[in-house]
Amino acid sequence: MEYFLELFFGGLTRGSIYALIALGYTMVYGIIELINFAHGEIYMIGAFTALIVASALSLAGMSGWSLLILAGVVAMIYSAAYGFTLEKIAYKPLRTAPRLSPLISAIGMSIFLQNYVLLAQTSDFMSFPALIEEFPFMENVTIIRSSELVIFITTAVATTLLTLFIKFTRMGKAMRAVAQDKTMAMLLGVNVNRVISVTFIIGSALAAVGGVLISSHIGQINFYIGFIAGIKAFTAAVLGGIGSIPGAVLGGMVLGWTESFATGYVSSDYEDVFAFGLLVFILIFRPAGILGRTTSEKV
Amino acid sequence: MEWKPLIRRAGSEIFKSSVAAVWFMFLTFPLMVIKISPLDRTIEWRWMRMVYVGVGAFLLSFIWRYMLERKETGAEKSEADSWQKRAGNRIRSDRMIFVPILAAIGAFVIVFPFMFSSYQTSIMITALMYVMLGLGLNIVVGLAGLLDLGYVAFYAVGAYFYALMNHHFGLGFWAALPLAGAMAATFGVLLGFPVLRLRGDYLAIVTLGFGEIIRLILENWNEFSFGPSGIAGISRPSTFGIKLTLQEHTVYLYYIMIMLVLFTILVVGRLRNSRIGRAWIALREDEIACQAMGIDKTKTKLMAFALGATWAGFVGCILAAKTTFINPASFTFMESAIILSIVVLGGMGSIVGVIVGAFILILLPEYLRAFSEYRMLAFGASMVLIMVFRPQGIISGIRQRYEFHGKAREEVRT
Repeated sequence: MEYFLELFFGGLTRGSIYALIALGYTMVYGIIELINFAHGEIYMIGAFTALIVASALSLAGMSGWSLLILAGVVAMIYSAAYGFTLEKIAYKPLRTAPRLSPLISAIGMSIFLQNYVLLAQTSDFMSFPALIEEFPFMENVTIIRSSELVIFITTAVATTLLTLFIKFTRMGKAMRAVAQDKTMAMLLGVNVNRVISVTFIIGSALAAVGGVLISSHIGQINFYIGFIAGIKAFTAAVLGGIGSIPGAVLGGMVLGWTESFATGYVSSDYEDVFAFGLLVFILIFRPAGILGRTTSEKV
Repeated sequence: MEWKPLIRRAGSEIFKSSVAAVWFMFLTFPLMVIKISPLDRTIEWRWMRMVYVGVGAFLLSFIWRYMLERKETGAEKSEADSWQKRAGNRIRSDRMIFVPILAAIGAFVIVFPFMFSSYQTSIMITALMYVMLGLGLNIVVGLAGLLDLGYVAFYAVGAYFYALMNHHFGLGFWAALPLAGAMAATFGVLLGFPVLRLRGDYLAIVTLGFGEIIRLILENWNEFSFGPSGIAGISRPSTFGIKLTLQEHTVYLYYIMIMLVLFTILVVGRLRNSRIGRAWIALREDEIACQAMGIDKTKTKLMAFALGATWAGFVGCILAAKTTFINPASFTFMESAIILSIVVLGGMGSIVGVIVGAFILILLPEYLRAFSEYRMLAFGASMVLIMVFRPQGIISGIRQRYEFHGKAREEVRT
């Protein structure tokens, strides 16, 4: 039972991170129908920025929660800035282009950003300081670590805030309108370019949160982490039904648990096979994902 | 002379570029400037880099805006006016130009291995392999409009088929080649069945997943595929009993590749104008209308997957014979992304486009080796730039059009 719970919480942690990244995919896809392949790289840049800031500040003598929060905030700002710039350079000139062109541009950007970090920093694994401190009251608990608890709570808070934002603010309303019908929203006076920028900024900041938390949990990063995480998170987004925010969270959790239990009970070699196998399986029976709505095409 | 608007324009351009320069200096600050060495716990500040970024961004933003402006005004001109179309028509219609150009290309292709080193020939073989892969994927993505991100799976199937058959049963290259194609086609149909109902990006992610599953199985199922260490000592193409040196083998393989590429071009070109080819294009344009016209959607899609996969199977078999060693690391998602980029960058649906795209994407990183560490950076950046400034690809696909000219009805290719 204890082993089961350990795997359960491990899966929950992974799932939370997938969910945080998947939110960015799903929001962008919902609005401009683009698979933002460079999103994983934004997450990686967030983790790297946090590492640099945290190392610099800890040399200056800072530590503890304030260090985590400061590094996290700077990482969010930088990831958001990168996401914003990415959209302006690689996607905005391609709004009216054939559908696959932005995808190739995204793949190009992903290669570019990976190599940019590789050249600017290093190709080696860098050890990431454990920014999340152990809680004193968790001393006797073995099935869940403090950092896992923090990751889970942060994800829950971030998702709730995002849902509230989309439901109740003017910008959120505009985002839903653009997702539904871009042309109509434009005609009704919604500044579509602004909405798209905000979407990229929010998605990128969430990815940075995921990047900082998981790097601190695992303890090392390199320039390549964004690629795998990006593919997994996109899988999570599709699994849950792309374009749907609760879907992204659910998809992330399902993927996290699948991987965790597959690793724990079967074999860690086939972890990814199970993840993708589950994806194929679900899409065959529910082609629009778990929470996605099947829309019948109008002629 | 009106100086005022000119000065104002110059002022606003300089201001915009300055903003871009400052923005990029801010953006690249933590990653470019600060370098932490964790061992001796020191920070290295590399301020000069910030200056480079600033100056670079300032200058590049001028070029960027100028190019974007040119692209926007250029788009208004009718497509028939573009120099490329006119040149294309001229070359195709005028035998006096067309035949000599073809002959020159043919002669160059034939003497190539004797003019250049075997290293160059080897690179050229790789480029030709990607031409075939690109043309194969072009059937699935360019003609049938099915976004396949796991194309590399069929490539792997072909390669491992030959490698394993050769290892266990000593099967030769020439016998394995058609069988590898057939094997890959079978996998194409196997993948095709479950994904028939999916559309667009769901299809993309499922094919991606399929590609990863194949690679992971090859990596982990040691008894079957020898795991990450791969299979070595695969035989090269047999030469009917003649002994060849390593160099001669490269030349031999080069000519095999040329023949196969010509064969591919012939088949794909004929396919496009065949009944099934037109059905693919119809399917790509509008699935519902296509079904209403009585085209069997299932059969057409499966056919696209199977035929597309066949070429990947062929090339996989060639890869195994060329390198005599394969392991799962050659079949990552990046490979699929590169092949897809060849198709889209060159121009979807266009055969010449795919060939040009393959040569650019494979030869560019090879010849950028002079910049060694910056080559992948330049590669990614050029992918973005080509897409931003030529979203339809370098050579856009040719569409069959029928036009009325007075009473006579004739076929006009534009």
